[in-house]
Amino acid sequence: MRYQFPRCRLARAGTPFFPGVLAYTATAPWQYGTEGAVPTVNIVVCVKQVPETSAKKEITADFRLNRPELEAVINPFDEYAIEESLRLKEQHGGEVTVLTMGPESAEDTIRKALAMGADTGVLVTDPALEGTDAWGTAYVLGQALQRLRYDIVMTGMESTEARTGLVPAALAQQVALPALTYAQAVSLQDGKVRINRQIPGGYQEVEADLPVLISVVKGVNEPRYPSLKGIMAARRKEVRRFSLADLQIEPPSVGATGAREQVVAATPRAERTAGEKISGTPEEIAIRIADFLADQKFI
Amino acid sequence: MPDILIYVEHDGGQPHRSALELASGAAPLAADLGGNVIALALGNGAGSTADTLGQYGVTDLYTNENAVFDEYLSAPQIEILAKVVEETHPQAVLLPYTQDGKDVGSGLSARLSAGAVANVVNVKPEDGRLEALETIFGGQYTTTIDVVNSPVAIFLVRANAFPVEQRQQTVTTHHVEYQPSPAATRARKGRVVQEEGAPTPVDEAAIVVSGGRGLGGPEPFEMLGELAEALGGVVGASRAAVDAGWISYPHQVGQTGRTVKPQLYIAIGISGAVQHRVGMQTSDTIIAINKDADAPIFALADLGAVGDLFQIVPALTAEIRRRKGA
Repeated sequence: MRYQFPRCRLARAGTPFFPGVLAYTATAPWQYGTEGAVPTVNIVVCVKQVPETSAKKEITADFRLNRPELEAVINPFDEYAIEESLRLKEQHGGEVTVLTMGPESAEDTIRKALAMGADTGVLVTDPALEGTDAWGTAYVLGQALQRLRYDIVMTGMESTEARTGLVPAALAQQVALPALTYAQAVSLQDGKVRINRQIPGGYQEVEADLPVLISVVKGVNEPRYPSLKGIMAARRKEVRRFSLADLQIEPPSVGATGAREQVVAATPRAERTAGEKISGTPEEIAIRIADFLADQKFI
Repeated sequence: MPDILIYVEHDGGQPHRSALELASGAAPLAADLGGNVIALALGNGAGSTADTLGQYGVTDLYTNENAVFDEYLSAPQIEILAKVVEETHPQAVLLPYTQDGKDVGSGLSARLSAGAVANVVNVKPEDGRLEALETIFGGQYTTTIDVVNSPVAIFLVRANAFPVEQRQQTVTTHHVEYQPSPAATRARKGRVVQEEGAPTPVDEAAIVVSGGRGLGGPEPFEMLGELAEALGGVVGASRAAVDAGWISYPHQVGQTGRTVKPQLYIAIGISGAVQHRVGMQTSDTIIAINKDADAPIFALADLGAVGDLFQIVPALTAEIRRRKGA
């Protein structure tokens, strides 16, 4: 199904990109569908580099994660967001841009997404970003998005490391997009996005006209593995860099100084000690467990 | 103002348990600050939440029953919440750490440039301010967070963080004037499709009965469902069981699923890989049933049963039913 989508002509024409120059900002949805049918959709997928999921995360004396010591991977939830972006691109045409904020090493995360099939990457990196909180992350990504072309901003539902789940909806608010969150299915037709939003025991359909922000849950798809060809191609793809100066952000407004959340103490969890271990016939065990539950007032 | 504003989730005027927990937790804090617990409830039936909220210490209820709150996702809620915050100047806004709560709370954070703390397990007064205790890395650490540089502190509070406690108050209801902006009415809610009967999310339940690889297939989850029902809990699962397609993703507990902190967690046929443990290790009480006496899950369990789950679980369900019936 083709739909009316004038903005994409801009995209096709390949608006030159200059850091700090407003290349394109999302237009109001009611301006879509006027004339010029070009059935493509541009997507910016936001990803994050996180410690490998089984890595031993620790808090350092200055209340930071011991990140440099840990093996880094792409946030597993973001792989679903990348896959969903690639599927929409395959159905509708357009370009997938990978956006991340992080240290220089986060380029690896972008390369992984490029190897999966994304077209281009943007790394927001600046020493002054260290210690940025959820609010600041959404703010910085929002400033970067203002310099990119998109009809859809795609994210995972949360990162496996901070696990706040706050960035998607905050980012939507920063760039004035409707937030279609917790999508377990995504479809696009006639410039309208419909998701099945995961709710307890089922889902609710939610729809909005482009442009939108979508956050996806695990299981929305089966993320592809990068092919050898994809890995080779990724090496040649462009990864642009934004500094805070490029984004016209004053360094003190983000990073640890600008953070709205300040960690004042961190207490490691007291190690759990193993309790009693029981064995016997199933009936004996059942009675022992039931006694335990009764002692604890569960029954 | 030293008030604390709670964001009420409700079904047609029936407050969710989260609202009672937030009110109960906020009452002593507000008293400490010299203020009140005020509440915001929106949409169909919002005004009817007053009676129940009054029993848990709420003195002022702000409402608007405009259908826009039931028809559109999060954006109108963020707008009106921002308006109420600007008019009432509370010290903190407490929201439940649910999908909707996260969307509204983080949207408010961006709108007001205010700090939002997720995974809050407690809030404490400190020199006339409020500090949040946040659990991170699956409960590996608890951090104390000060919200600074912000017009208001936003706390997203985990289920079961505050015990429910009755404190009778007389509630004054205030209607909030609100006209949604065009930007707030874009994400339109549609049809609800219920695929399963159990509507309590695994991270909000007081009792979770989880199954893993040891179940060997989808059918044994019915047996777990019966045990969960006998205890008044819900069914959870390990990643292995979800990835095998035996049960749907919303049941998953662990690093790439939900983090739970129920009063009781029963791990059945779950070996206890790190990826699972970080999702449940802060549960108040843990029981493990596994045939492998060396399974790492036993290191966390307050009570560990070594044996055949296929025999123990039905026997346990029968024993619980017998005692409850007695």
